[in-house]
Amino acid sequence: MTESEPAVPTTSRALSPYSQGPSGANLADILERVLDKGIVIVGDIKINLLDIELLTIKLRLLVASVDKAREIGIDWWEHDPALSSRASRSDGRRSLEEQNERLRAEVEELRRRIAETPAELSGSSPEDGRRPREARDTDREPPAEPRRRRRVSDDDREGEGTRAEQGARRARTAEGTRTSRPAGGTRRARDDEDRS
Amino acid sequence: MDEQLCYAYAVVGSSAPPDLAGVRGVAGAPVTLVDSGAVAAAISAVPWEGFSEAALKVGLEDLEWLEATARAHHSVIETLAAHTTVLPLRLATVYLDEARVRQMLREREADFAALLDRLTDHVEWGVKVYAEVPPSSPSAPTAAPPPSEPAGADAGRAYLRRRRYQRQAREDAWRVAEEAVRRTEQQARGLAVERTRHRPQQGGLARVPGENVANDAYLVPRRLSEEFRTRMLHAADGLPGVRVDVTGPWAPYSFTASVAPGAAEGAGQR
Repeated sequence: MTESEPAVPTTSRALSPYSQGPSGANLADILERVLDKGIVIVGDIKINLLDIELLTIKLRLLVASVDKAREIGIDWWEHDPALSSRASRSDGRRSLEEQNERLRAEVEELRRRIAETPAELSGSSPEDGRRPREARDTDREPPAEPRRRRRVSDDDREGEGTRAEQGARRARTAEGTRTSRPAGGTRRARDDEDRS
Repeated sequence: MDEQLCYAYAVVGSSAPPDLAGVRGVAGAPVTLVDSGAVAAAISAVPWEGFSEAALKVGLEDLEWLEATARAHHSVIETLAAHTTVLPLRLATVYLDEARVRQMLREREADFAALLDRLTDHVEWGVKVYAEVPPSSPSAPTAAPPPSEPAGADAGRAYLRRRRYQRQAREDAWRVAEEAVRRTEQQARGLAVERTRHRPQQGGLARVPGENVANDAYLVPRRLSEEFRTRMLHAADGLPGVRVDVTGPWAPYSFTASVAPGAAEGAGQR
């Protein structure tokens, strides 16, 4: 049982640059070629190829046609900051990116503290070297506090009904897109066995 | 400030330059050629605000921007490919000005010329094999329950029976799909000169029904193009629940890896 998809780019081989071919070609087919294939030359404007790699992995999980997806009401990527610049950061589950950002800020803060330590120690007389440190630690505690509190409140909010539902819906969607993976993986693995 | 950058689409031979009158690029500006020796690059002006490093970083994460840019990029390459042999460049290859593009061409002229030579009169065909695999989830709407659902222990047995049946059906579908992939590979022999394997397209968002089990690109001499296409379209004849989609002819996007700096870029290539 064979079904032929009209060979879309064929029509675009007409000489007119405005032929409808390209616009009709499957977005996934185009993206995997323009992002994944083609000659890679680092131009003057540097784009991180690793970013593109990650992007294509994300895209692979979601698109053949964006419009179609929207049509049937699947638009979770629009709420995922890692996938869309338009996504609101406060919406939905904390993304890895956000966690990463937060961790980075914390590392930064810790670095700053370490860098400050010698200066402060040398400024104090040797015999009460211990006391300033304790005092400093408690002094520094408050600035770190708001961040911690925000984290807690994030978790709290996730417990709320609507947010929890959103999360669940998103998780289900993600699961839906993932269900095909193990089978595909198995096939590929078997394929490789056959080949070897 | 309306500073302009130079977006490069593809490399072509400079001896018989294609007519680019009326061709517009990703930002709507006319596409022109910049040449150096035997090779030329198709370029167009793009605004700094849209194509600076920061802007690209944002743009690439924005599906709407990405789709529009990818289609415009592809459209230029398709137009070029209708006239001449094309080496497509990766999306968003951007230079400060024409002089920098020329410099890049000069540095790689030999590589480009060799690849152009190899790809002359060849086209790329995409061959995707889809299996109509029954859903694995018992609650899936397509897995219609028998009209009179028994109660109690019978219901449990019926459920298990249904699951077993579904698993069996899935396994059968995969086996048939594998056979279909083998047949496309066999049929390609003697016609295609090279193959690149793309990752199967996945996700419930796929526009087409079925599960993509193989997503291959073949490099085929232009004169064998129609025969290749016909053979592929019929490769899975007689196999139930399998579909072969053929797309093309494409510019040889998937066969330019040999120029890539660092062979690791061509990881998908076999």
